Amino acid sequence: MIELSEELLLRMYYKMNQARYFEEKLDELVSKGKVHGTVHLAIGQEASGVMPCLALEEGDLVSMSHRSHVQAIGFGLDVNLMMAECLGKYTGYCKGKGGSMHIADVENGNLGGNGIVGGGFNLSCGAALTQKYHNTGKVVLCFAGDGATNTGSFHESLNLASIWKLPVVFFIENNQYGMSNPVENHINIENISDRSEAYNIPGLTIDGNDFLGVYNTATKALRYARAGKGPVLIEAKTYRYSGHSKSDKQLYRDKRELIEWQKKDPLLKMKEYLRENRVFTEKQILKMEEEARVSIEQAVEFAQKSPQPELTTILEDVYA
Amino acid sequence: MMKTSDMIKMTYRDAIRLGITEEMRQDKDVIFLGEDIGTYGGAFGVSKGLLEEFGEERILDTPISEGAIVGTAVGAATTGLRPICEMMFMDFITLGMDALVNQGAKMRYLFGGQSQVPMVLRLPAGSGTGAAAQHSQSLEAWLCHVPGLKVVTPSSPAQAKGLIKAAIRDNNPVCFIEHKMLYDAVGLVPIDEDYILEIGKTIVERPGKDVTIVAYGTTLLKAIEAAEFLEEEGIKVEILNPLTLYPIEMQPIIDSVIKTGCLIVAHEAVKTGGLGGEIVARVVESEAFDYLTAPIIRLGGLDVPIPFNQELEAATVPQRNDFVHGVYRLLNRI
Ligand SMILES: Cc1ncc(C[n+]2csc(CCOP(=O)(O)OP(=O)(O)O)c2C)c(N)n1
Ligand SMILES: [Mg+2]
Repeated sequence: MIELSEELLLRMYYKMNQARYFEEKLDELVSKGKVHGTVHLAIGQEASGVMPCLALEEGDLVSMSHRSHVQAIGFGLDVNLMMAECLGKYTGYCKGKGGSMHIADVENGNLGGNGIVGGGFNLSCGAALTQKYHNTGKVVLCFAGDGATNTGSFHESLNLASIWKLPVVFFIENNQYGMSNPVENHINIENISDRSEAYNIPGLTIDGNDFLGVYNTATKALRYARAGKGPVLIEAKTYRYSGHSKSDKQLYRDKRELIEWQKKDPLLKMKEYLRENRVFTEKQILKMEEEARVSIEQAVEFAQKSPQPELTTILEDVYA
Repeated sequence: MMKTSDMIKMTYRDAIRLGITEEMRQDKDVIFLGEDIGTYGGAFGVSKGLLEEFGEERILDTPISEGAIVGTAVGAATTGLRPICEMMFMDFITLGMDALVNQGAKMRYLFGGQSQVPMVLRLPAGSGTGAAAQHSQSLEAWLCHVPGLKVVTPSSPAQAKGLIKAAIRDNNPVCFIEHKMLYDAVGLVPIDEDYILEIGKTIVERPGKDVTIVAYGTTLLKAIEAAEFLEEEGIKVEILNPLTLYPIEMQPIIDSVIKTGCLIVAHEAVKTGGLGGEIVARVVESEAFDYLTAPIIRLGGLDVPIPFNQELEAATVPQRNDFVHGVYRLLNRI
């Protein structure tokens, strides 16, 4: 059994709440016209985005998808710098050059979000090759969506990682849609994890809204990869509550489907768990929620007060 | 000249859709493939309603597999269909490049003229949407480096309709570049179902006599704004629009330079290796060389990826004032 300390449970609940508030606040800013460009929100995917990151060890790496805010918060990125990046400010993680889709903290092992669907698979193999080459004992966690598993790079990466036994865990957040395309229309199998069989690697399909299940599965997969046994493919079934991006009218799905999924909300489920197991008092739970909310309010304030990048920065950072 | 009664006002987006709709109605072999082009209506709304009219057999919502979209189109085209395909953003052509460059563009020549590849690749290009470096590029110069491909780009709704229809009827792979910031542009569009703009033409967008500007895409609109401003000062700028970027028709540009003696070539694409350099080279190789009265000016995107921040993004590509200053410089006004 995997040990769940009180401290860890606190971190889990806090981060999932932080992630939810971050997305809701960003959504609000977008609807007020305060954000240039688009954003991809992951409300509803807090367990699948946060928990695998909490299962990482110090020094492990992560590659994120285009829907990366929740993943980034799980990995421990600073919400101030994240929000500043979303608003294009100089204080943001990428000095305002990347925006919502391209948050990264490379020095600390966050290899960044990716605007190219499927762009992270091959990169993760490369990062895992570095770990293997230098014998670091570190693992790469590669996030992607269901839609991304139809790219050539997914299949090339699984095969390569398998034959070279690369320390990488491919973590697919199956939120039931690739933009407007329902997963049953773009993939002809029930479980995406079955694709692992073709490459002779372990594949698991799990409930992506169950924080504990996601955490335990990710922990085991990371252990397996760390032990030099090669890659693992995990599919976490979940759901995105918001539209694909800001311009999405969501004509392709039924509101009732959303309501059904909201009954299985990952935050609610974790709260129920905390109550049932009497881990924290009601007061402590509320306090965690409040602290998470305040941290996001502060992040918005930080971002809004931050300076725009100087025009001269356009020419910086093209080359090393 | 077309009467305005034969025209209707519509957006660039609607004009592309109208052209596609008319061609799909009159030729059952035209099919359309792309991501989210069905119920969603395409990321930029170009294919809205097409699924309802033409059904799932002809409006094919694909998985996220750009290589498969382009490759399937090439294969279908060589065997009798006339596919249109959409890359959601031009940037993603990188993933379809093998099918396009090594297969589609080469096949006819390789096989000694046996095959033809009648397909259209729709490519929403350009910056201005705050989508950062992987969703904002103008990569036309790459495509114009591949014999076998044709590359066209409309800058108005009427041009969009005329060119998309010509592209669909053409028996070669045609890359159809749409600038994202033009989708909402409104203009008069001929309702004639045989209104076609012949591929391979450069047109005079605005006649003038003092300075020649060559531009396309949204950069063309900025040039027009500059020309309107300069007109008030008595400066008459002649603007040329290379509707077909490859193979490009040079004579109208050469004729214009002979008349004005001054040339500005502009595009949003990165300046280095951009199409502007090719146009300039051809002008100086031509009889227009002797008529030049000032050094040529090339305006282009800075040699950087497109940044996210709105102010930085705008400062990365040529704007109206860059044209105004360019014209002043050529005419020794500054
Ligand atoms: C190569 C590529 N093709 C298309 C897109 C446009 N696009 C962005 S996200 C997306 C859907 C991705 O679906 P999925 O992988 O399931 O991730 P989700 O959005 O559901 O998180 C698409 C088609 C892209 N960014 N990159
Ligand atoms: Mg998805």
